[in-house]
Amino acid sequence: MIDAVLPWVIAGFALALLLNAWRLLRGPSLADRVLALDTLYINALALLVCQGMLWRTAVYFELALLIGLLGFIGTVVLSKFILRGEIIE
Amino acid sequence: MTTLLELAIVVLLIVGVLFALIGSWGLAKFHDFFKRLHGPSKATTLGVGCVLLASVLWFASQGRASGHEVLIAFFLFLTAPVSAHLLVKAAMHLMPGRRPPPP
Repeated sequence: MIDAVLPWVIAGFALALLLNAWRLLRGPSLADRVLALDTLYINALALLVCQGMLWRTAVYFELALLIGLLGFIGTVVLSKFILRGEIIE
Repeated sequence: MTTLLELAIVVLLIVGVLFALIGSWGLAKFHDFFKRLHGPSKATTLGVGCVLLASVLWFASQGRASGHEVLIAFFLFLTAPVSAHLLVKAAMHLMPGRRPPPP
């Protein structure tokens, strides 16, 4: 039953990624694009976890952890850049 | 018992992907940044949390339980409010006219 559901779940996350990419390309202001990137990495993380469940491998969890860590750092750095105009003061 | 566990995993997966889709749709549909922030920061985080919980149950039912998903979920729930707060600060810096007058 899970193997029948998982491809649809992955398709749903792919659709969410497409919506985020549309906002990333469209977004009127810089903050919109940073927000779209933030959502995009979270959805990509969930898609990788679903893919790991489908292929029954635990390799993707390290990958998901890395994406979560680096995505958060990227969001913080970009917000700081918008706020201050420089990253390292 | 196994069927009940499978049913729980499937329900968690479907609820998770629905929440993530609702969050992303809200991000694409709303017409103001401060409205757009609601979808990703709340709905998407909850959806990904549901998917990670389903993954915990799935790998525990296979006898290969690991703490990685719990770590990811904890880190995600910790960082989502922080990044949302920073994004609001950045947006208020970009759009200074949107700040409400002090009481």
